[in-house]
Amino acid sequence: MADEKKFAGYICTGCGIGERLDAGQLETTAKRDGKMAEVKQHEMLCSKEGVAMIRDDIDNNGANHIMIAACSRRAKVEAFNFTDVAMSRANLREGVIWLRPEGDEHQETTQEMADDYIRMACAEVKFMTQPSPSGEQTLNKTLLVVGGGVTGMTSSIEAAKAGYPVHLVAEEAKLGGVWADLYKRVPFRAAAVDVPNSKKADLPQPEDPGIDEMVAQIEADSRIRVHLNAKITKTSGAPGRFSADISTESGSTATENFGAIVQATDYKPYDANKLPEFAYGKTPDVVTNFELEKLAKEANGAPLKRPSDGKEVKSVAFVQCAGQRSEKEGHLPYCSGFCCTESIKQAMYFKAQNPGCDATVLFDDLRTPGAAGEDFYRSGQQAQVTFSKGKVSEVVADGGDLKVKFKDLILNEDTEMDCDLVVLATGQVPHVGPDPYAQLAVDEAEDEEEKAKAQAILEVAPPSILNLDYRQGTDLPQLKYGFVDSHFICFPYETRRTGIYAAGPVRRPMDMKQAMEDAVGATMKAIQAAENAARGSAAHPRVGDLSYPSFRKEGCTQCKRCTVECPFGAINEDEKRYPLFNESRCRRCGTCMGACPVRVISFENYSIDTVNQQIKNVEIPDEFEEKPRILALACENDAYPALDMAAQAGEELTPFARVIPVRCLGSVSLSWITDALNSGYDGIVLMGCRRDEDYQCHFVRGSAIAAERMSKVGDTLESLNLEPERVAVYEVAITDIKRAPQLINDMAETVEKIGMSPFKF
Amino acid sequence: MTEVVATNETILVVGGGISGMTAALEAAETGKQVVLVEKRPYLGGRVSQLYKYFPKLCFPTCGLEINQRRSKMNPNLTILTMAEVTGIKGEKGSYTASVKLSPRYVNENCTACGDCAKAVEAEFDDDYNYGLSKRKGAYLPYRMAHPALYVLDPRIIGTDDAQKAKDACKYEAVDLDMAEETIDFPCGAVIWATGWQPYDAAKIQPYGYDRFDNVVTSVEFERMADPGGPTDGKIVRPSDGEEAKKVAFIQCAGSRDRNHLLHCSRICCMASLKQCTYVSDAYGEDADISVYYIDIRAIDRFEDFYEKVQAIPQVKFIKSKPASIVEGTDKRPVVHGVDTEGYNRFADEHDLVVLAIGMEPSVDKDSFPVDIVINREGFIEAAPENGGVFAAGSASDALDVNRSVQHATGAALRAIQVVNGAAGVEG
Repeated sequence: MADEKKFAGYICTGCGIGERLDAGQLETTAKRDGKMAEVKQHEMLCSKEGVAMIRDDIDNNGANHIMIAACSRRAKVEAFNFTDVAMSRANLREGVIWLRPEGDEHQETTQEMADDYIRMACAEVKFMTQPSPSGEQTLNKTLLVVGGGVTGMTSSIEAAKAGYPVHLVAEEAKLGGVWADLYKRVPFRAAAVDVPNSKKADLPQPEDPGIDEMVAQIEADSRIRVHLNAKITKTSGAPGRFSADISTESGSTATENFGAIVQATDYKPYDANKLPEFAYGKTPDVVTNFELEKLAKEANGAPLKRPSDGKEVKSVAFVQCAGQRSEKEGHLPYCSGFCCTESIKQAMYFKAQNPGCDATVLFDDLRTPGAAGEDFYRSGQQAQVTFSKGKVSEVVADGGDLKVKFKDLILNEDTEMDCDLVVLATGQVPHVGPDPYAQLAVDEAEDEEEKAKAQAILEVAPPSILNLDYRQGTDLPQLKYGFVDSHFICFPYETRRTGIYAAGPVRRPMDMKQAMEDAVGATMKAIQAAENAARGSAAHPRVGDLSYPSFRKEGCTQCKRCTVECPFGAINEDEKRYPLFNESRCRRCGTCMGACPVRVISFENYSIDTVNQQIKNVEIPDEFEEKPRILALACENDAYPALDMAAQAGEELTPFARVIPVRCLGSVSLSWITDALNSGYDGIVLMGCRRDEDYQCHFVRGSAIAAERMSKVGDTLESLNLEPERVAVYEVAITDIKRAPQLINDMAETVEKIGMSPFKF
Repeated sequence: MTEVVATNETILVVGGGISGMTAALEAAETGKQVVLVEKRPYLGGRVSQLYKYFPKLCFPTCGLEINQRRSKMNPNLTILTMAEVTGIKGEKGSYTASVKLSPRYVNENCTACGDCAKAVEAEFDDDYNYGLSKRKGAYLPYRMAHPALYVLDPRIIGTDDAQKAKDACKYEAVDLDMAEETIDFPCGAVIWATGWQPYDAAKIQPYGYDRFDNVVTSVEFERMADPGGPTDGKIVRPSDGEEAKKVAFIQCAGSRDRNHLLHCSRICCMASLKQCTYVSDAYGEDADISVYYIDIRAIDRFEDFYEKVQAIPQVKFIKSKPASIVEGTDKRPVVHGVDTEGYNRFADEHDLVVLAIGMEPSVDKDSFPVDIVINREGFIEAAPENGGVFAAGSASDALDVNRSVQHATGAALRAIQVVNGAAGVEG
């Protein structure tokens, strides 16, 4: 901002602040220590009049950096929504008076706490700049959809319908993907509203898969350009300005630009050759559920024949969970979710087309959820499919006949049945590229054994699909079992590569209906990413944030920590090996800032200085006053709200604590810790989110990276000759209403035990 | 009179639970104007009443905090609480919605300071805790309620308490003259995200929910496990407050049942597995947990969680749909049935029985204010006949949170397709 910074402070005296604190003193502090040019008090700052007062100062008096001392930054957000200025908030209500008991004996320390929060908020806003878009933005509405199956086709059709053109890239020679072989699909709907609740009611039956219609729709839509026999050989750029090389088998390569990308490469059928116990490969009469569709398609309504001798099938057994839900080597540990209804449907083919045929489904748990699922289970029962709770141990090919050996779980005995054909309900294997961190796992292995294990994974890694020209690897990161899901419950489309959204069975196993629904959701996010990139706004979860990371090149030592640690792979390296921030790939978590040992990375509204100046502007009483200072750096999404709610609930916090919310613990710079210790803080508490496999950090790796970084804080403490107990790192959940303040109080107790810091000047 | 600025390019979202919030935010964050209408005084719906999510055992309020921040910051989003859609007229791209607003008796001046609650005396059953505790007649529905505005219970209006609340407020936030009003505004597309409600457990007569103190539903149990809930997170018997260590979970309570709900409610297996961990975490080796089930539907990657719970030595699984519950000595519920694996009859006494209660659509089949294709179970089917009205989340089927959010995100695109057409962007 070219204009001179003009500071104004506003102190609310409502909600008991005026009664509990000396507002005149706060005003003096804001003017004298905070250097606010103008400070005003208001008895209800969030009221129309209070807000109008601030608005007037902004519009008519040139105030462009404002400090609001009132309630928590989480409260009255709509009232204090001054988006055209830089703003900080001092939390006097939840942060001070609600956490402190009343009474004269507490007055001095409570007032000191409030004065410090004023100093901190003033210092913070002084070092903030009102963010504005970099000017790098472009609106590119075209989407790249990778994968020519049902998921990718749905994504393309739905994007086009919303007015967003698509390039659809498919490896295969025709559209349809793994679902193209379907004879019929499991019905999408449950029984209609007028169908009676009776055993003879008309229930949904297997239906036309609708793939041909989708293909026709795509071919007729001028907004969708299809590339068949094609692969993505290189993807670079960022949301709003992705560039992809689309190479066809014939050798031609076209380079196209995109706003965002959907990866919808579906799944690959599980390789049943890994199931010799079920006689797969020993006889053609043991087929997988995928192969059965081809047989059904060939039969086209006529009786299904068995592959070995063309004899009409008179008895068929379906082995559920074949090679699934199993810890055995080569098996899938998960449930593929679609196979129960798939087997019911296939059993119904036999019931409808092969007169007198016995169809038996051998299952452990039959999983047909929802209204449509359960109705379809009933359809199967109506068709007189036999459902038997049994665990198949072996299929024996004995001349022309097959013997299925299983444990009947109802009768609790080992038994067997003869049949003409066995269908193995095999699962889905996600069709994804290599995990970008597979190489990293090799590089960072701590011992030879670990290295060998990581190397083995790397060696069997599949070829890349996206060929991202990213510092952190070629494809979407994986979470477990090869699925690229983010494992967020609340935000299923959260992605670790901004602007690239996974859809369908690459995220988790799913049936066709779910894959189609999933495609719509992922397309929504892709469209949104393109639109936000055009505005210069961050993607989830900081939508609307116009700031972006910038760095002082002359100070950079090219240590690469930022490029390695960014949880979103947003940072590349330029030809001179300096970091290259791709702002629309950035999620504004600040992990790069926390990683930088030379402190050259910053955001306009969040920087080393905005926090460090808060730390430095706390008054540190000398050690004889026996007023320690505890610094708490709290994740703004979980630990900080927990402290707010602790205040609501009447919990108590030591008056010696000074809490600073941080975007993510990953943004915490070791320099803040060192500087705080050097300036006489007695204890430091860091509160981030859970960081294991079930991580809750909304920036995925931020909390984990911070913990790693802070494990080195011991060296700092040692070099300062300070006790290790003075710095503590905790995982804190938003529900830790009692625990969060307790952890800080515990630190105060620790300080009391080990004594005050000797670093007070 | 409440005014809503809306046009034919506005998207109306009905229901402010996790699905409605998601659909509204995804559309608003794409630059669309959205009006979100919620019946309760706050957003978040049933998710706000959950203690933990499966399978991560993380806390719903964590994601809710993000969604609330998103909605506080977004200028494209208008939120109407204590509001119900009473009619939708018109056609795709050009609807008029009628919305009935019930009085909160508290205006935007409210700072959530809590003085009114301190002043009033009358107490009522707390809906947020499914009636397991009481709250005042002036109340903040729960700690993280958004909007963070108090509510006056209509039952105190006209009593001394109402005046006390008004007198206690320093900010002229209590407005006893507020009255019900109905407003009409235009919209181009509608996202129907009215969610679900627990099936009425009293209808499952053999289980005696209405007769036995120590038979509770899974949604009530969820509140009991929450440290901020009515029992401070202690798992106890409602009859006497004693520790409940021997706990039974009965699956398909009301679901997959011709006498009740025909459908599988999908979430109940996972919810019970999750709740097994609550008991096991609370009582460790002293816990004794039985899960009575037909099929454990831990679908796709949830299988991992099933395995995790199977590995807890204190949890056993019995394949059975119990026939009945009778009250034994000391109000201990006794579960009767046949274990179908081996056909053994059982009569097991427990401290507490939790019914994994089914989910049914919260809007009755016959009371949709708009023509819409529903199925036999009352869930909305995706159909061209629905015009510009799209279901999101568990209004469309029994869905868990992850799938609801996924579905709601898609619903946002469906609505955008319609309003983009209205705006002439399409093509």
